Amino acid sequence: MAKLTMVQALNLAMRQEMERDDSVLILGEDVGVDGGVFRVTEGLLDRFGKERVMDTPLAEAAIAGVSIGMAVYGLKPVCEIQFSGFSYLAMDQLESHAARLRWRSRGRYGVQMVVRMPYGGGVRALEHHSESKEVFFAHTPGLKMVIPSTPRNARALLVSAIRDPDPVVFFEPKRVYRAFREEVPEEEESHALGESRIAREGDDLTLVTYGAMLQPVLKAAEALAEEDGVQTEVIDLLSISPLDDKRFTESARRTGRVLIVHEAQRSFGAGAEIIARLVEKSFWYLEAPVRRVTGYDTHVPFFAREKDYLPDADRILREARALMAE
Amino acid sequence: MPREAIALHGRVDHLSILDEAGNLDEALQPEIEDDLLERIHRVMVLARRFDERMLRLQRQGRIGTFAPVSGQEASQIGALAALRDDDWFVPAFREFAGAIWRGMPLSQILLYNGGYNEGGAIPEDAHDLPIAVPVATQIPHAVGIGYAARYRKSDQVAITFFGDGATSEGDFHEAMNFAGVFQTPTIFLCQNNQWAISVPREHQTHSKTLAQKALGYGVPGVQVDGNDVLAVYAATQEAAERARRGDGPTMIECITYRLSVHTTADDPTKYREDEEVEEWKRKDPIPRLQRYLRARGLLGDGDIERIEGEVKEEIDQAWKEAEAEMKRLDNALDIFSHIYAESPAYLTEQRRGLAKRIQGG
Repeated sequence: MAKLTMVQALNLAMRQEMERDDSVLILGEDVGVDGGVFRVTEGLLDRFGKERVMDTPLAEAAIAGVSIGMAVYGLKPVCEIQFSGFSYLAMDQLESHAARLRWRSRGRYGVQMVVRMPYGGGVRALEHHSESKEVFFAHTPGLKMVIPSTPRNARALLVSAIRDPDPVVFFEPKRVYRAFREEVPEEEESHALGESRIAREGDDLTLVTYGAMLQPVLKAAEALAEEDGVQTEVIDLLSISPLDDKRFTESARRTGRVLIVHEAQRSFGAGAEIIARLVEKSFWYLEAPVRRVTGYDTHVPFFAREKDYLPDADRILREARALMAE
Repeated sequence: MPREAIALHGRVDHLSILDEAGNLDEALQPEIEDDLLERIHRVMVLARRFDERMLRLQRQGRIGTFAPVSGQEASQIGALAALRDDDWFVPAFREFAGAIWRGMPLSQILLYNGGYNEGGAIPEDAHDLPIAVPVATQIPHAVGIGYAARYRKSDQVAITFFGDGATSEGDFHEAMNFAGVFQTPTIFLCQNNQWAISVPREHQTHSKTLAQKALGYGVPGVQVDGNDVLAVYAATQEAAERARRGDGPTMIECITYRLSVHTTADDPTKYREDEEVEEWKRKDPIPRLQRYLRARGLLGDGDIERIEGEVKEEIDQAWKEAEAEMKRLDNALDIFSHIYAESPAYLTEQRRGLAKRIQGG
């Protein structure tokens, strides 16, 4: 087993899927010669040639729309939008066609495609390079919305996304891209879409999170265990849609206390839906109101102040302690 | 350091073979077998009468809003007749004449316009996409399909239909540019019917033609008389040959006219003069083709009445079938089908909820 960064793990997933299935191809801006601005597709052009690794014109709607056409024909395109902040030009294609063609054609045309894009803050980037707008996609029937948190699950989820018969929007936490390494097996590994995982076990408090927020959440959980003797169960969602509400609603029944952490804006965020499911399924087991640590309802600020916008271990810890005190 | 003109490649031709007065350019006349010509004529008449029937059905409240095709039959059928069944048809929302040519049953079109999703079903062996409503959004699909066909070493081409208004949308430009860069076997067929709802062609773009927009992307563009079925056929045949031999995409601008409303929710008297409509009626593609068929000995006395009779019967029968089918399809639970390949648990649960409500009356 090699220790890989998330960038390397994602690259491994694509390389192996392209080796086993010649209907998988890659397209996007700078994905070929440059290997992607984050180098996620590095080496794939040399290995598979320009028919299968296409450096496209700078046109997000066409990247998505052309991918849809390829999928209609039976190929399995994996397209890259350079930053999620530029995905809105592709949104019309995803909402109007990728999500609907199977339904509109009564099952004739499934759109088997993956739309990869880096998302989230924490890398001191320009405006439009730090957003976390997963709910835009999670709100659309017909799409699946996946967000890995570590190198190993990123690889396993991307394999599943590429093999999934439906269109998958795949958010990559750019802050985690090279932040740490993890053992990733060379042999095939997948992870079912719509299935969350328990990142840490505990019986006192349930912490629900996903993507780049897993790291500060785990740090806060450690502090709670060491300093407060509070054992936290950390649930890593991995998929926002379909949302695996079974695991967190069950956990909530055990702990009675739930804190949700995401970097996306607070109002109408994934946390709101998670709370709704908790109220529907575990209300009578809750011992205190559910709390959220999220981004503020502003735009993500320019990078000099993004530290104050993004939830960190300290904010999570304070909110968790307040919740435990209720 | 002089300032010099850059020699740009390409020019835009206007192609007309059979004009409204019935004059024929024999040198340009494409070779079309008699039985194919007869089929083209029959489907054009069928599409026109079907359009008129649908308009009445809509006015009677029996079907919903739709976009009539009258006047544009030659642009759609002339193009598709020049292609193979295994070529790909990527329509917008006014391509009912094209869909009929491709073999879509009339009853299914009625079902679609009657508000039933089942009307969008595409048979397994067809190479057609369903109707795409948001303007221009279907155009990039024809580029992806063309790319995929070539990747799979097939000589299929993809043709996509859109209107003059669509050429103002970003998707049109992005798709055309993409097709040019990758030289995909794609035919961009613009039906310039002069009006995008209430906005005239002159107000849509300042450029002299729409076809010339292709040149900006290094793609050949040609303008044809879109009410001249022979010219549309010839231009499409040339574009298909170019695509099949690996020489990339083509844009065809068909000059035509929407004789009817934009959709049944539209009132064109608000923005255009009756005289203009009357003028275009004189350029109607159907009588023009009929004159040509007569001259070629393919249409004799009584043939038109016979065809009109057959077509009426076919439409009557289709409406009967569609009405029966709509009654049979009163179960709304089907709205939960085909959202995903496999229904996730929450959708199955929501479906159960609706089922319960239906059962409870």
